[in-house]
Amino acid sequence: MDAIVLWLTSLFPQMAVPTARLIVHIVYAAILSFVAPVVLVVAFTYMERKVIARIQDRVGPNRAGPLGMLQGFADAIKMLTKEDITPAGADRIVYNLAPGLAVIGVVLVFAVLPVAPGVIGTDLSIGILYVVAVGGIGTMAVLMAGWSSNNKYALLSAFRVVAQLVAYEIPMVIAIIIVVLTAGSMRMGDIIAAQNVPFLFTLPVAFFIFFVANIAEIGRSPFDLLEAESEIIAGFHVEYSGMKFAFFFIGEYMHLFVSAGIATTLFLGGWRGPGASEASILGALLGFVYFLAKTVLLIFAMMWVRGTFPRFRIDHLLDFGWKFLVPVGLLTLVAVALVLKLPFLSSPVLQWVGLLVANVAVIVVALAAVSLAARRTRSVALRSVAGAER
Amino acid sequence: MVLSDFTFVGILILVAVLLPIVGLGLAWLIRPKKPNPIKQSTYECGIETIGDTWVQFKAQYYIYALVFVVFDIEAVFLLPWAVAYHQLPLYALVEAVILIAILVLALVYTWRKGALRWS
Repeated sequence: MDAIVLWLTSLFPQMAVPTARLIVHIVYAAILSFVAPVVLVVAFTYMERKVIARIQDRVGPNRAGPLGMLQGFADAIKMLTKEDITPAGADRIVYNLAPGLAVIGVVLVFAVLPVAPGVIGTDLSIGILYVVAVGGIGTMAVLMAGWSSNNKYALLSAFRVVAQLVAYEIPMVIAIIIVVLTAGSMRMGDIIAAQNVPFLFTLPVAFFIFFVANIAEIGRSPFDLLEAESEIIAGFHVEYSGMKFAFFFIGEYMHLFVSAGIATTLFLGGWRGPGASEASILGALLGFVYFLAKTVLLIFAMMWVRGTFPRFRIDHLLDFGWKFLVPVGLLTLVAVALVLKLPFLSSPVLQWVGLLVANVAVIVVALAAVSLAARRTRSVALRSVAGAER
Repeated sequence: MVLSDFTFVGILILVAVLLPIVGLGLAWLIRPKKPNPIKQSTYECGIETIGDTWVQFKAQYYIYALVFVVFDIEAVFLLPWAVAYHQLPLYALVEAVILIAILVLALVYTWRKGALRWS
């Protein structure tokens, strides 16, 4: 960003630096809020439909354009030309505000996403906390939509959203605290700089918790209780049609990308890779490619999970959040804090090994506890899985 | 300096608000508008809606919300601790462990009481 500001001021010598910075900021904001939604939604709906189709042994979209690649644009035109229906008893103000908020809340998260070396809207000193804070807006949009539709299915969905997002926000924040603890900063740039070895390899438990909690936060299968088709039709957006429905859709796919991007930044080293640097344009481009590759890899993993796991039941879902992820997260937090303070782990390499050992130990303890609980349970099926019935 | 970090967030909010306005405006221009009472009735799989939608809901949600608030406040306390952890002496670890232990006690208590059981 600073390089572009410098280039602008050298191109127009009479332009002041603040003006140039303002122009760069406005252009970047416009890219994030107008170009990014279109590109991301078209690209990832196509990818999702193809991936899910392959998992289910189908071909997927193949009519609109070569290999069906224009399917997203066709859908966009369809959405634009559909009639907008507002149910008779709806709370009109809240009903109309909800789709907009769903998108704005996600776009705001992009402000602190480092997509390439030196390319970040603003590297806030509280970066990752800002992500959590702004992420709450999307939840509120869903709750508003469910409540204002005057539809019982939508209301049920809104209740489920509250219970689910409340249960999975805690493990996510704990995983973030573990990263902040190791990196020593909440600034995105510092977190990337701290990952000489990506945190995925030193803090695998934190990554697992963050990844699972993220899928639940986006409300994707197997955590898609808020829009479980077989139970509550489509959930909170039953009553929405046309462009307003499209905005929920856009919000969901942007959320998918941005949370995979945040996970990349926190655990996979962000844009870091051989040759990526802030110094040259080539280095920055290379960094952007690394960032995209890692993010798409994570998104593919999420689609894979969606294609292969059955949906949770609501009580299992809440149990998994509160009774497994939260205790395991707290245990990992304490273990990591302990390892970081051990005096004999002075060199970085020793510390990485220590962190990995602590994480593996936490996994072993957690799995042993689950296995013990399964042996003691009254459920015959669970006991036989745990090997107690023999 | 700290405040100027947030100028981009401000700009982004202003620009991002335009997205739904432009999108919905465009759709408003070209979409058909033919409302009728059947179309606007509540969609509940073709069955006529019975009773009021905005009902009272389970108290269970309230308990979950309480536990959530407790843990969220814990996160607020732990984040600054985590940022400063490398500069802190060893007793910072002990203090954090005590704080986490109190929370785990609370979690175990609610768990034992059956408040986390969805019935």
